[in-house]
Amino acid sequence: MKAPVSRNKEAPQSEGLLSPYRVLDLTDEKGLLCGRILGDLGADVIKVERPGGDPARNIGPFYHDIIEPEKSLFWFAFNTNKRGITLNIETADGCEIFKSLVSTADFVIESFPPSYIASLGLSYPILREVNPRLIMVSLSPFGQTGPYAHFESSDMVIHAMGGLMTQCGDPDRPPVQVSVPQSFISAATDAAAGAMVAHYYREITGKGQQVDVSAMDSVAMNGVEGLVEWTVGKSIFNRRGRLNKLGAGLFSPIIWECKDGYASYFFMGSLPGARANQRLVEWMNSEGMAPEHLRSIDWENLGVEKLTQQELDYITKTMAKFFKTHTKAEIQEEAAKRLIMIYPVHNSGETLMNPQLESRSFWVNINHDELNEVITYPGAFAKFSETPIREWRRAPLIGEHNQEIYMKELGMSKDELIALKGAGVI
Amino acid sequence: MSRQVFEGLKVVGFVQAGVGPSTLKVLNDHGAVVVRVESIHRPDNLRLAYPFQDNIPGINRGGHFAFANNDKLSMSLNLKHPRSRGVVAKLLEWADILVENYAPGVMARLELSYEDVKKINPSIIMISLSQQGQTGPHSLLPGYGPQLQGLAGFCELTGWPDRPPSLVSRSYPDYIAPRYGVIALIAALDYRRRTGKGQYIDISEYEVSVHWLVPAILDYTVNRRNQSRSGNRCPYAAPHGAYPCRGQDKWCVITVFTDEQWKAFCRVIGNPEWTKGEKFGTLLARKRSETELDRFVGDWTIEHTAQEVMTMMQEAGVPAGVVRDSQEVVDYCPQLKHRHFFWELYHPEMGRVTNRGPSFILSETPAELRKAAPCLGEHTQYVCQELLSMPDEEFIELLNDKVFE
Repeated sequence: MKAPVSRNKEAPQSEGLLSPYRVLDLTDEKGLLCGRILGDLGADVIKVERPGGDPARNIGPFYHDIIEPEKSLFWFAFNTNKRGITLNIETADGCEIFKSLVSTADFVIESFPPSYIASLGLSYPILREVNPRLIMVSLSPFGQTGPYAHFESSDMVIHAMGGLMTQCGDPDRPPVQVSVPQSFISAATDAAAGAMVAHYYREITGKGQQVDVSAMDSVAMNGVEGLVEWTVGKSIFNRRGRLNKLGAGLFSPIIWECKDGYASYFFMGSLPGARANQRLVEWMNSEGMAPEHLRSIDWENLGVEKLTQQELDYITKTMAKFFKTHTKAEIQEEAAKRLIMIYPVHNSGETLMNPQLESRSFWVNINHDELNEVITYPGAFAKFSETPIREWRRAPLIGEHNQEIYMKELGMSKDELIALKGAGVI
Repeated sequence: MSRQVFEGLKVVGFVQAGVGPSTLKVLNDHGAVVVRVESIHRPDNLRLAYPFQDNIPGINRGGHFAFANNDKLSMSLNLKHPRSRGVVAKLLEWADILVENYAPGVMARLELSYEDVKKINPSIIMISLSQQGQTGPHSLLPGYGPQLQGLAGFCELTGWPDRPPSLVSRSYPDYIAPRYGVIALIAALDYRRRTGKGQYIDISEYEVSVHWLVPAILDYTVNRRNQSRSGNRCPYAAPHGAYPCRGQDKWCVITVFTDEQWKAFCRVIGNPEWTKGEKFGTLLARKRSETELDRFVGDWTIEHTAQEVMTMMQEAGVPAGVVRDSQEVVDYCPQLKHRHFFWELYHPEMGRVTNRGPSFILSETPAELRKAAPCLGEHTQYVCQELLSMPDEEFIELLNDKVFE
């Protein structure tokens, strides 16, 4: 095997924010989104899968319900903007090849159980000797060390232990998850943030480091309202269904039934809340549905938190009756005209039809040549004035870029690849 | 001792509520100098939000404000005062980055749009985080996290199939945008280091929220299917749920994905009769009788505390976890203590306050939280004289002219 060709830092494509950098992505379902985010920003992300494909390819939903590893929409979602190779890093050959790739890389991201990658002789201290500038992002359920480091986990276990689950769902039912599990999505996003923080330091000092990301910590951040209610308010934020707690102990709805579904309206105090209520009552009044007691309220001076529950219920019952006479589309349209803080509760189809996203060119159509089709995806997560995100590539097929990387870049021969393939290394 | 990551990085924040300060937090937790421009005439709503320390309201006693604003400097400036313009110019010349999360249009009215700001500092990086983005027909729609989670699709996916949509905490989407904000900012900083060019970044909280739901989005764009809430079920695991334990409203999550975990689970609960035979022996069988399965599991868990259930299951290699409330997360969790996730800081008015660090620990240059959130205007003089090198006479003159209010 020839010495690896050093990476051409003058990337041929348009200079994206991260186009000079290469990422070796060893993550499983716990960390896939991290590489995608870096790939969206232009980095050369190489997804390294075990021969035969990563188990995350078994997660549904599937393209037209064809249950195959090259048709997992879960895989498509989180592996856009990556190339893909297969490599078994548990083998001697695999380890050696991996290390030569590391010498060309700026980031390695992995989500193995803590101590697994060290057991393969690929710990950070060893990789650092191969490449002192390397940043290694290690994402795990609870962190690399500590009393829970070797606990078994799943997305919902993390959701529970991080303190977010207790804040979700109906009070008379068990606490609940989000049906698109969020814990590892959150952790992978934090992994990208941590990678960037380390990257900033590396570009100034030349020194890489390891970034130890904990999914539970990431979820704990998302439960912050409960954290503050406890540490300062000395009360526990338990799931409230469709209600909001105003001030010390008043409850008002956040999710309201409307004619063909639900809408979310956040009844609150303070100036924005007063304005919202004022405008809502004006709308109700324009349709003859605002009774005297509602019209006469001076919202700015009401002091909503000082109402009794009974007084508040009287107000919200009248509003609830009004919402039921309107469809989601009507509510969205009128809210836009009158600048009231009401949004419809949308599903995916309605999200696709939202004129705001459409007008911002949020959706991108990515070519899936292997399916002879074009699929619509969410596009750029931010709009950059100098370096817009506009390079899109679909998720890789299993071993799709083996030839490109192993032969063209690392200079391996066809015979060498045949040997490695037969031996289960690639 | 290593320098901190963002030592020497200068950041100005025209921010309010949660998203702006949280975006800044990763920077100041790792050593950046972050100056918030505030005014007593228009205090950050978060300073006025319940809960207050010791239940005594006060502009410097807000719990949420304290939690999001550690290690930030507060400069008080009356942006409506004509002479504030000069101070703002000095700030912009000084800054590397400007972060703002006001409603679209506000910065332009303050003559602080990117076009305005670029004239003063051509290579500045400016980021705007707003609910639905700077452009588009709904750009000006007011809104907060609780409404946005309905619009973005989280509510539809949370709760029970036989019930209306439910909520994920309260302002859940407010925690998504700051992560993307930080990622975008550092990428832009790197680009500037390479090319000398600053730029403007426009982040929509709505758009990044959709990014956390992509599998459901693709199920629609490809299969024309609208995913909906499924309680606590997982299509490829059973048992998979939150089970009631001893005590008031106490739960433990148990999730079983493999045959091995199922056998271990059965062992832990004593291999009762109901687990034997065909009815629950395979994944498909358990999926067919999942309601009954959940009931059986719950009949066992209710005899134990959540902590016991978790411990027994974990020792046997079954993924299980206590549904923790915030008190347990803050006061008890030994793993979060090990990670030094929570920090105790001292606040001049509030006394001891609890803050949190990042969810990632850098091996050479970990975060360090040093000072509690600022009182309003606490650092006006410091910022003017030490950071902006304003001469004493000028500062006193502006002070007397009520520019710093």
